[in-house]
Amino acid sequence: MFGNAPGVQIVCYFVDFNVTVAARGHWQVLTVAGEIDMATAPRFRQRLLGVIGAGARHVVIDISGVDFIDSTGLGVVMGGAKRVRSAGGDIRLVAASSRLAELIELTRLDRAVDVFKSVSAATEDAGS
Amino acid sequence: MTAGPACVDFEIPARPEYLSLVRSLVAETAEMDENLSPERIEDFKVAVSEATTNAIEAHARACRDDSIQIRCTLADDRLEFHVVDRGFGFYPDQLQVLPEPDDPSRLNFERGLGIYLMRVLSDRVDIRSGPDGTEVCLAINLSSADSRA
Repeated sequence: MFGNAPGVQIVCYFVDFNVTVAARGHWQVLTVAGEIDMATAPRFRQRLLGVIGAGARHVVIDISGVDFIDSTGLGVVMGGAKRVRSAGGDIRLVAASSRLAELIELTRLDRAVDVFKSVSAATEDAGS
Repeated sequence: MTAGPACVDFEIPARPEYLSLVRSLVAETAEMDENLSPERIEDFKVAVSEATTNAIEAHARACRDDSIQIRCTLADDRLEFHVVDRGFGFYPDQLQVLPEPDDPSRLNFERGLGIYLMRVLSDRVDIRSGPDGTEVCLAINLSSADSRA
């Protein structure tokens, strides 16, 4: 459509992304770092559904270390919330930065999932 | 400066791992305008990334392995990104309407926020779609860059 675009030839481009899982009381805390988009969302989804599939019913997703998240990543959170809730559990989101909180508010995800500023706040009832 | 708009055309393979590259190009270009806030640049990265994601998905649905075309235009008053695919196209006014966020059935919809985010995070969005593909033009104003539309 633009004619003979000169183009930029890129052989490979790696995306920074990592998920770790740790128990905190009866909560399973997924700590996500890097970028969540169409390239990395499948790994995020697989890890989240893996935790839920293993029986976790109290899940915290900490995206405070996420540099970028788009609708694909937010959709994974929605999907996880649906599964946990349908199993009678609870899922919470931690977004420390105002930037992430703003995006969550913009998409009104905060009306579907409780959002906290820290993992400590999200797991306050960890000992219960 | 009286020079006309700077315009760069490039292509990316229709694969998700190139989204990050596109976002880097958005940031690099936007940062050339010193009045554009980091928050505004992040907003525009999301918008352009959403458009590119849709383009990649369109090629996947159409089983096309050719490139996505992207044109970046930096003018005195605006920054524009055109994202062009050769998928089957769609009708923007016939997109599924999502339930309200308070509606429990909203959790059944993992998708559908892309065009919404493009619209709220850009100052202008034009979508032209037909059976031969879709062209999305996203723009942010550089003169009043910090006022979210």
